[in-house]
Amino acid sequence: MSTTLLLIQTLNGLQFGVMLFLMAAGLTLVFGIMNLVNLAHGSLYMMGAYFAAAATSWTGNPLLGIALAIPAALILGLLVELITLRTLYQRDHLDQVLCTFGLILFFNELARVLWGSAAIPMAIPESFTGFVTIIPGLIYPKWRLAIIVVGLLVALLLYVLITHTRLGMLIRAGASNRAMVGALGVNISLLFTLVFGLGAALAGLAGAMVAPLLSVEPGMGDPILILTFVVIVIGGIGSIRGAFIASLLVGLIDTVGRAFLPALLREAFQTQSANTVGAALASMLIYILMAAVLFFRPRGLFPPKGR
Amino acid sequence: MAEPLLSTRNLAKSFGGLTATDDLSLDVLPREVHAVIGPNGAGKTTLISQLSGELQPDAGSIFFDGQDITALPAWRRPHLGLTRSFQITSIFRDMSALQNVALAVQAHAGHSFRFWRPAAQDPELLEPAREALRQVGLQHRADVAAAALAHGEQRQLEIAMALATRPKLLLLDEPMAGMGPEESAKMVELLQKLKGTLAFLLVEHDMDAVFAVADRITVLVYGRAIATGRPEEIRGNENVRQAYLGEESLAV
Amino acid sequence: MRVDLRLLLILLVVACLALLPVAALLAEEPYWMRFWSRIMILGLAAAGLNLILGFGGLVSFGHAMYVAIGAYTVGALRHHGVEGGLPDILVALGASAGVGLLIGAICLRTSGIFFIMITLAFAQMTYFFFVSLEQYGGDDGMRIASGTQLGPLHLDDTLTLYYSAFLLLCGVIFLTWRLVNARFGMVIRGARSNEQRMAALGIPVFRYRLTAYVISAMICALAGVLLANLTLYISPAYTHWTRSGELLIMVILGGLGTLFGPVIGAIVLLQLEDLLAHITQHWQLFLGPILILVVLFARGGLLGLLAPRQISQRPAEEIDG
Repeated sequence: MSTTLLLIQTLNGLQFGVMLFLMAAGLTLVFGIMNLVNLAHGSLYMMGAYFAAAATSWTGNPLLGIALAIPAALILGLLVELITLRTLYQRDHLDQVLCTFGLILFFNELARVLWGSAAIPMAIPESFTGFVTIIPGLIYPKWRLAIIVVGLLVALLLYVLITHTRLGMLIRAGASNRAMVGALGVNISLLFTLVFGLGAALAGLAGAMVAPLLSVEPGMGDPILILTFVVIVIGGIGSIRGAFIASLLVGLIDTVGRAFLPALLREAFQTQSANTVGAALASMLIYILMAAVLFFRPRGLFPPKGR
Repeated sequence: MAEPLLSTRNLAKSFGGLTATDDLSLDVLPREVHAVIGPNGAGKTTLISQLSGELQPDAGSIFFDGQDITALPAWRRPHLGLTRSFQITSIFRDMSALQNVALAVQAHAGHSFRFWRPAAQDPELLEPAREALRQVGLQHRADVAAAALAHGEQRQLEIAMALATRPKLLLLDEPMAGMGPEESAKMVELLQKLKGTLAFLLVEHDMDAVFAVADRITVLVYGRAIATGRPEEIRGNENVRQAYLGEESLAV
Repeated sequence: MRVDLRLLLILLVVACLALLPVAALLAEEPYWMRFWSRIMILGLAAAGLNLILGFGGLVSFGHAMYVAIGAYTVGALRHHGVEGGLPDILVALGASAGVGLLIGAICLRTSGIFFIMITLAFAQMTYFFFVSLEQYGGDDGMRIASGTQLGPLHLDDTLTLYYSAFLLLCGVIFLTWRLVNARFGMVIRGARSNEQRMAALGIPVFRYRLTAYVISAMICALAGVLLANLTLYISPAYTHWTRSGELLIMVILGGLGTLFGPVIGAIVLLQLEDLLAHITQHWQLFLGPILILVVLFARGGLLGLLAPRQISQRPAEEIDG
C-alpha cells in the first residue's frame, strides 16, 4: 500500500465527492425549501449523461456535448416539475415517494427504448485526455482533475449565490421557514421553479461530466440517488454547507475504504475470510457512518436553524 | 402554607437572543387554580412546554410532588400526575371522541404490549373514558369522529383526555382559545365544577374567566413574574396595571 | 351496505385462492400455482409492510431487505449443509428480528423524509452486503438444491408451497387484525394520527413502533423463506430498492390501513405487470405513469374505491396535507 496509491485514491474520492455534491446541492435545496422528496433526481443525472453522450456522437465534440447536456437537463427538469411535480407539493411524503418512483421507472425504460440496454460510450474531451503530473511521481487523469476543479468552482459559486445574493437569501429563509417566505409576498411558485431548475442543471452537469468515465446505461442514476440521500442525511437537509462537507466525506470514505479496507484486514488477519469481511465492511462503511451521525445528531451535522 | 405540588426555581429559557423564561420561580399548591396571565409573547406557552417536558430549560429546576423532574422525559410526567392540554387542539382527529379518551385511559392502564383483545370493546378502558366524557359534558357525542366535533367540543375533548389520566395537576394552555362567548361560558362552568378536585396551572387571555376561577394569579411579562397573588391583589397592583392591564384599558 | 361489499370481495378472493390449485390441476396448468404462489408470497411481505406503513404511517422504503434475509437464510443453511425446516424458519425469524431491532432503532429516531431516505439507504447497504458475499454467489446469486422441509412437508413442492403460502397469508392477516385492534395497535395508529399527543398522554411511542417494525421485519422474512422455496434461487436482487418500491406500491394500490389491501395490491400489481409484459417489452414505460395516476387520483387504493369506509368505524385514510 504505497503513498502514491493512497494519494490517487484520495483524489478519486475527492472527485467522487464533488460529483456527489453537485447532486446533493440540488436535492437538499429541493427538500429543504419545497419539502419535496424527489427520487427522480437520479434520473436527471442519468439523462444528463445520456444527453452528453448523444450530443457528443451528434456533434463529434465531447465538450460541446457536455455543454449542450446541461440546458437539456435543465429543460427536462422544468418539464418534469411543471407536468408532474407541481401537484405533489401539497401531498404527503409517501405520495411523493411513489410518484417520483414511478418517474424513475418511466425514465429508465425510456432510456432503454431510446438508446438500448447496453452502455453507450462517450469519449473524454480531447484536451483532457491523458495524465497530468501533480507532484513528481504522482500522475493523475486530466479529466478527473477537471471534474474536481469544476465541482469546487460550482461549490464556490453556490456559496456566493447563497450568501451574497437576494435569491440566496430567499433560499436560506425558505429552508428555515417556508410559510414565512410565502407570507412575505415572495412568488413561491417562481422560487420553487428556479430552485428545482438549478438542481436539475447541477444533476445534469454531474451526469454529463462522469459520462466519459462510467457506463452510460439505464438505471445508472439509482445508486447515485441513494448515495445522495445518505449525503444529505449526514449533512443536514436544506444545508448547502452540510451537503458539501458530507459529500466530500462520503466520497473519500467510500473510495478509500473500498480500496484499502479489504487489503488492510487481509494483512492484519491473514485469512481468506478477512478479505470477504473487508469487502463487505467496505461497502457498508458510509451507511455505518450515516447511522453513527444519526445516533448523535438525528437532524444531520449542519441542519439549517429553525428545523 | 401547604407544601406546593409544583414549584419552579429560577427557570430560564432563551431562543437565540430571545428570552422566553427569565429566572422564574413560581409554585402551585395542591388543588389550587393558579392562573398565569401576561401579554402576548410573555412566554406562557414556553413555560407550559417546559413544565410538561417538551422543552428543556436552559437553567433552573422543576419540582413536582417532592421530586426533581427537570430532566424527566415528557412521556413520564403524566404518570406522576402532571398532564397538559394544548393551545392548538391536539387530538386524534380520525378517531371517535370515545376512542380519543380511551387512549388516554389506556396510557395509564399499564403497558400496551397487548396484542389480542380488542381495545374498542374493553370495559376497563371504556368505562373511565365515558366517565371523563360525562365530566366535561360530551357523553352524548362519544361516537362522533373527533374531526367532526365543533371547535368548542374539541377543546372539551382535550380536557376530557387530560382528566382521564387522573392528574394531580393539569397544565391548561389557553383552553378557551378560539371560543365564542357561549362556549367560553361553558368552559368556565366546567372549570368551576372541577375546581378543588385537582390543581390547575391555567394560562389564559380571557380575563373574565381568569378572575372567575383563579385562586391565585401570576403575571408574566417578558418571561419574568412581576406579581403573584390573589385576584384582588393583582387587580390592584400598580406594576401589573401598567405592564398589562394598563394596555387593555388603553385599548378601551 | 358498504361494509358487506368489502367483506364479500375479500371472501370471494380468499375462496378463489383456496380453490385455484383445483382449477390449475384440472386445466393442467401447474404454472398457475407458481404464479399465484408468487403473488401470495409478495402479498405476505406487503402485509408485513402494511403493519407499519398502513397502520403506523411509517414509510419504510427498505423492507425488501428482510425478504432477502429470509431467502438468504435458506440459501446459507443449505450451502453449509444444514438440512431440515425448523432451522430455516427460526434463523430467518431470529436474523430479521435482530437486524430489524438494530436498524429500526436507528431509523425510528428520525421521522418524515429522513425516515424514508434512511430506510432506503440501509436496504442499499444490505444489497452491497449480499453482493460482497462471494460464497453465496455474490452479484449473480446462487441456486439452492432443496428448500425447507418440515417433517413430511417439502415447501419446494409446488402444491405444498401454494397452500403453505395461502395459510401463512391468512394467518398473518388474521393476527394483524387482532393486533391492530388491540391496545398495541391503538398506540401505533394513534401515533400515526398524532405523535405529539401520544407522548403527552404518557406513552413512550418509540418502543411500540420498534416492536411493530421488528414484527413486520419477521413477516417479510417468512415471505423470503417461501420465496427461496419458490425459486430455489437467492440473489441480492431480492433486496434491490425497486423491490422495496414494489412492496410500497402493493400496499398503496390495495389501500393503506386496510387488512386485505396488501393482497389486493399484490394481485393487481403482478397481474398488471404480466398483462403489460404481454403487450410490450417496454411495459415499465407504462407502469410508471399508471402508478403516478393511481397515487394522484385513487388515494384510498382499490378497496377505497370499491367500498369507502365510514369514518366512525375505524380510522379513515390519511387526508392529504
